[in-house]
Amino acid sequence: MSDIVAPTATVAGPLDVAGTLALVQEALPDAKPVSAGPTDYLEVAPDQLLEALRVLRDQGGCDLLSSITCTDYLSYQGRARAKDGPRFEVVYHLYSTAQGGDCVVLHVPVDDGEPLPTATPVYPGANLQEREVWDLYGLVFEGHPNLRRILLWEGFEGHPMRKDWHEAYYEEDQKPFRSRHPRADFARSEDKVPWGKNTRYPADWDPDDWQEPVTYVPVSQDPRHSNGTGDRLSTESVVVNLGPHHPSTHGVFRMVVRIEGETVTALEPDMGYLHRNHEKIGERNTWLMNMPFTDRLDYINSMSNNWGYALAVEKLMGLEVPERAEYLRVIMAELSRIVNHLWSIGFILNDLGALQTPALYAIEEREMILDLFESVSGARMMCNYLRFGGVHRDLPAGWAERARYVVHERLPRALDQLDDLLSGNEIVNTRGRGVGYLSAEQLISLSVTGPMIRAAGVPYDIRRCEPYGVYDRFDFDIPTLPHSDVYDRYYIRLLEARESVRIVQQALAGLPEGDILAGKGGYVFRPPEGEAYGRVEGPKGELGFYLVSDGKPNPYRYHIRAPSYINLNALAPMTVGYKVADAIVILGAIDIVLGEVDR
Amino acid sequence: MFGTGLLKGLGVTFKHLVDTYKDDMQSTPARYQGSDDRGKGLKVIDQPVDQEGLLTIQYPEERRLLPERFRYIPMLIWDTETDEERCTACGICAKVCPPQCIWITRATDEAGKPVTRPQDFFIDATICMSCNYCVEFCPFDAIKMDHDAELASFERFPHLVYDKGELTVPLDYYAALWPVQYAEEQERRAQEAAEARAKEEAKAARAAAKEVKEETPAPEAKLSRAEELKQKAMERARQRREAQS
Repeated sequence: MSDIVAPTATVAGPLDVAGTLALVQEALPDAKPVSAGPTDYLEVAPDQLLEALRVLRDQGGCDLLSSITCTDYLSYQGRARAKDGPRFEVVYHLYSTAQGGDCVVLHVPVDDGEPLPTATPVYPGANLQEREVWDLYGLVFEGHPNLRRILLWEGFEGHPMRKDWHEAYYEEDQKPFRSRHPRADFARSEDKVPWGKNTRYPADWDPDDWQEPVTYVPVSQDPRHSNGTGDRLSTESVVVNLGPHHPSTHGVFRMVVRIEGETVTALEPDMGYLHRNHEKIGERNTWLMNMPFTDRLDYINSMSNNWGYALAVEKLMGLEVPERAEYLRVIMAELSRIVNHLWSIGFILNDLGALQTPALYAIEEREMILDLFESVSGARMMCNYLRFGGVHRDLPAGWAERARYVVHERLPRALDQLDDLLSGNEIVNTRGRGVGYLSAEQLISLSVTGPMIRAAGVPYDIRRCEPYGVYDRFDFDIPTLPHSDVYDRYYIRLLEARESVRIVQQALAGLPEGDILAGKGGYVFRPPEGEAYGRVEGPKGELGFYLVSDGKPNPYRYHIRAPSYINLNALAPMTVGYKVADAIVILGAIDIVLGEVDR
Repeated sequence: MFGTGLLKGLGVTFKHLVDTYKDDMQSTPARYQGSDDRGKGLKVIDQPVDQEGLLTIQYPEERRLLPERFRYIPMLIWDTETDEERCTACGICAKVCPPQCIWITRATDEAGKPVTRPQDFFIDATICMSCNYCVEFCPFDAIKMDHDAELASFERFPHLVYDKGELTVPLDYYAALWPVQYAEEQERRAQEAAEARAKEEAKAARAAAKEVKEETPAPEAKLSRAEELKQKAMERARQRREAQS
């Protein structure tokens, strides 16, 4: 067993959101306070954005820029907005990891073609998200160090999240499509286009003489080679592609690595191989249709994903969830966290070279939990179990007893065994301790959340800092570890899984009787106009859903703050200076899942 | 001490080996949970939660026991009690379907008027995401989830685009797959039918009382007579269609 004693700490107290917004207004008298449904935000002009962010960071205590996204108001049909305003609004969510509490929200209205400053000088973590906004909306962030497409390929035509961009096989703006019912003239697109081409290329694009307009040299770090001493002995640095089809990259993910000998001197993550424009699909869907789609984001944790989305929609609609449903949600989400952490521990060990054995022992327990998911929701992984205002079905007979056996007998035993087997192991210690270090301040400035920052000693956990559901009723600790290396990132997951076991034990003991769904259910939802940001402590970090409703049966804007995507901000700074073999483990310890990274 | 980690690791691995071997050996004759749901006589295994070792399932000769709520591809129910399909082509399933993989054509009677039966009902199984919404929101209990997950075929078209014939199963098949839910449903349906009958009777009684009072038929009665004629016409159309097929 490890000799580390996990201290538990709590945060100072909730952030005063109104007060913080007032600070910005004091500094920038032009900023306009707006209220949209359950959210109050400040509207800031593009040229004042950096000033506002600086005030928030230095005076307001908002040290973490959680989410950057954009909304295209071209076809907005609600009444709450003026029709002649700027077309786009870039949305910033910030909060304080020291104080906890709700998010501070900034909106920056910009017109098409109008540039806005990059937030990277103030918050380096804006990097990947600004690239995503550029890629999907075509907004230029002036001064961004590496403004290239990120999810789509460089030759792609157009910016697909714009409301006037239509995909190949476009049928209608919103589901349900009338061709399915009642018009009954549906024809499969593949039949219409026999060669099955389902993409569009720029007019002047010729596959024969086209060259990818990027080099393989990582551009966000200094690519120049120098051996430092200036003496005769000089080595050559080489660029190596790790992935996209390498099992150690946990999916179809590519790391472009510049190495000198065995040492990594620069690294560039390359993603988007699994991109399906989840958000565009989400804006075609009705509100309820998105629920099974959220399962497919982080496909290991469909229960937590469901919860994040349900939480955001419930915020918009002002729905109260019945007690029993809240308990069921906690049980499912925590079981799902245990699944994730077991999986993650197993695969960190896999990356360390302990091929399959620890992973299979971890998965053995995971199977028992998936059996539980299957018997309650009908699916092992794509559970689609939560609904707005509750859960889909009540527990089947005998479920609680089975679950009790799992959390009282099996899981503690299995976690002890993993701890005993791995934590003291010489190889795990030698390969893990001191590898992939990044200080807590650096991690927070890079917008990293979840077990990664708790392994760096930051006791930030949304379940404690802005409790949702009924988390305030359970007795559990937020474990933190001090070293911020691969070993701590491995061990924190074990500790968190133990806390989750405690929560499920309590929730099963206190599970009340009663309804499981508020309201009358149904499949048509029309949340009132406004925007909401629902966030849960997903097993990989803060999972947020930013939703805008224009009062119609389809979400106007549906954005996911994907933790494993944003945590990749830290990959390059964490890896540079270590060996190639360590790069694999460092990536493994971030715990990414490509369904969520690429969306 | 040098090498303890190695020994410990080997110990854990060895324990797993012994547990699994022991459990598999001990429970081999008793581990089958009856035959497969679809009557193919396959052996079904349920992994007990309180067993240390994992049972090895020799797929495809042996299968895992699926829980009742397991969902895969939808099926349409042929009500053997009334000997007609339950689907009324209302289109709710097509409307709620997230990937829009259901499309329905409504049947028409001789006169070309639409009737409450589907002419065609397609599900593209390659697109279906097994989300259960069509089942959840069907007001007629006409569409349910099948447990058959072995759909592999060489061609997508037409093998994996299921039409009404391929989707329809008799009620007994559903009852065998979903015994608990089926029992609950039957109870609810019986209750609803009783309520509907009581309402009908009350209405008839009211109409009768009114007829005694007034010579001219009330608009309500007129409506109900029109309804009756329509019902008869539909019944005739159905009989004719059946005679044809």
